Amino acid sequence: MSQPTKPRKLRKFNLRLAIGLTIVTILAAGSLILPFFTSVDPAAQGTYLKNLPPSAKHLLGTNALGQDIFWYLVFAVRNSLLLGVTVSIGITAISTFLGLSAGFIGGWYERIVVVFMDTFITIPVLPILIVLGAIVRGNTSFFVVAAILIVFGWAWNARTIRSMALTLREREFINMARFSGAGVMPIIGREIFPYVYAFMVVGFINTILFAINTEAALAVIGLSNVVIPTLGSIIFWALNYNAIMIGQPLWIIAPIVTTVALFLGLFLTSTGYNELFAERRGVA
Amino acid sequence: MKLAQYVVQRFIGYLLVLFIGITITFFLPRLMPGDPINNYISQVQARAGQSLSAEATQQLRDSLAELYGLQGDIFTQYRNYLARVVRLDFGPSFTYYPEPVSNILLDAMPWTAGLLITTTLLSWLIGNSIGLIAGYFNKRRWATILEVVGIILYPIPYYILALVVILLLAYWIALFPLSPTFLPGPMTWNKAVSIIYNSFLPALTLILAGFGWNVLAMKALAVATKEDAYVQFARLKGTTDRTRMTNYVFRNAMLPQITALVLSLGFIFNGAIQTEVIFSYPGIGMTMRAAAGAGDYNLLYGAIILTIFSVATAALILDLIYPLFDPRIRLGG
Repeated sequence: MSQPTKPRKLRKFNLRLAIGLTIVTILAAGSLILPFFTSVDPAAQGTYLKNLPPSAKHLLGTNALGQDIFWYLVFAVRNSLLLGVTVSIGITAISTFLGLSAGFIGGWYERIVVVFMDTFITIPVLPILIVLGAIVRGNTSFFVVAAILIVFGWAWNARTIRSMALTLREREFINMARFSGAGVMPIIGREIFPYVYAFMVVGFINTILFAINTEAALAVIGLSNVVIPTLGSIIFWALNYNAIMIGQPLWIIAPIVTTVALFLGLFLTSTGYNELFAERRGVA
Repeated sequence: MKLAQYVVQRFIGYLLVLFIGITITFFLPRLMPGDPINNYISQVQARAGQSLSAEATQQLRDSLAELYGLQGDIFTQYRNYLARVVRLDFGPSFTYYPEPVSNILLDAMPWTAGLLITTTLLSWLIGNSIGLIAGYFNKRRWATILEVVGIILYPIPYYILALVVILLLAYWIALFPLSPTFLPGPMTWNKAVSIIYNSFLPALTLILAGFGWNVLAMKALAVATKEDAYVQFARLKGTTDRTRMTNYVFRNAMLPQITALVLSLGFIFNGAIQTEVIFSYPGIGMTMRAAAGAGDYNLLYGAIILTIFSVATAALILDLIYPLFDPRIRLGG
């Protein structure tokens, strides 16, 4: 027997979130599943005839290096996404931990954390990556790039989370929990975390954007490991071989369209989620 | 003397941030595998076709170590490095030996500063004006359209915007040059015109890149501010829409945007790298890219310290001028 339910107002359908999630799901699922259906290394040069037009066999044709543009793009999306998610997991974990603990523990600990936050916000990531790229001479492994992005990217998120912790600290229900004898960790875990959670989701997606963008920016100017297919390295090669001038516009337009779709998708997901969450909590 | 105390506190924080930043940039590359001197020597050897004798290589190694400040143990190096940074002496550039790094940076700086300061200000002005109008009249259809434009522009990575602009305006409709050429010699009217013409594409992309964020942020602020009680009161007093929008809503919604403006002015040397490399524009970013390609570490370090310095200084200036803009901040109040 079903319970008689009250006519509940349907939650407002969020268009942004829907569009964003659709785009991201298609790109993520496609780039993660499709590689299982090919045995060819898309980065290997001279696999196919050069400069073939699009056909059933080569959906986007082949480029001046004899690579299949479609498959290269699939691997590029996958690698860029994996890098973005890895970096974002690291940054979200570090910034949440440091931001919350600094906001709640306070005192000397907070001051030290804040000085480091301010410093890491000041240090520009791109030049640091350029120096490191110059020293290891383009042999930058993907892990090194990810590690550096984490080391130099946590501070912005940590700062936001700390300021959230500072305002939450003074709220009634926190005092209530404290007077009831709850320790710092249970308060952070049970009382604070639900509030910070929404920001973490948004911050997580935005950090993916930051990581993909920084690596791609580095690759486009030829200072990342351009042998690995990423959304940046594909453009680096296309520019290097003057794709447009030699009559291969697809080589450069395909990654441009894909990048725009991916970034727009992730951005719409994050702002859409933010709106939805605000509506549900009655904040908006 | 609350003010003096505040200023001193901020200044100490500023020095601390600079010190830690410079220290990190010193130690981090030394933790990485790879050795700049070996890299350079293998380059020279490749060019000399393995004809260098062992003694010549050792001599080269020693003189490189001296130039890079890589003699002695790591703490001696660190002390020397700090002393040189304080004197703003980054040693000679390797590619343009014996030109000092500081001269090269000084030559490149006006290009970057001129392009980036102009575009940052323009993008801020245009973006915020549009955001303000769209936010104040947020019920109108065209305000929604403007917001959608902002949403689409904002997340697009800079290099993509730049490529699209190049494809459209330099390739398909060849209005502007693919890469700029600047007339040498003293500043004349013709030279000024050619600089503006040749800088137009990089400037356009930078304005577009900053535009989306400014529109979105200002719109959100204006929507929130226009519901405030004092704006309603002004409406009941019979002020015009225009007065309320500029004198009531804008003046308050402007504060966070000033923060963003000053910070983005601090980040100009960082933001210039992509622009300058993509457009072959002769500024700090291009210098940095060339130095990275040639293994010119003195030059790279000089450029990085310049970027750290400008970001930290922007943050300091912001802290110092903020009380002037926001009457709600009373020091020690």
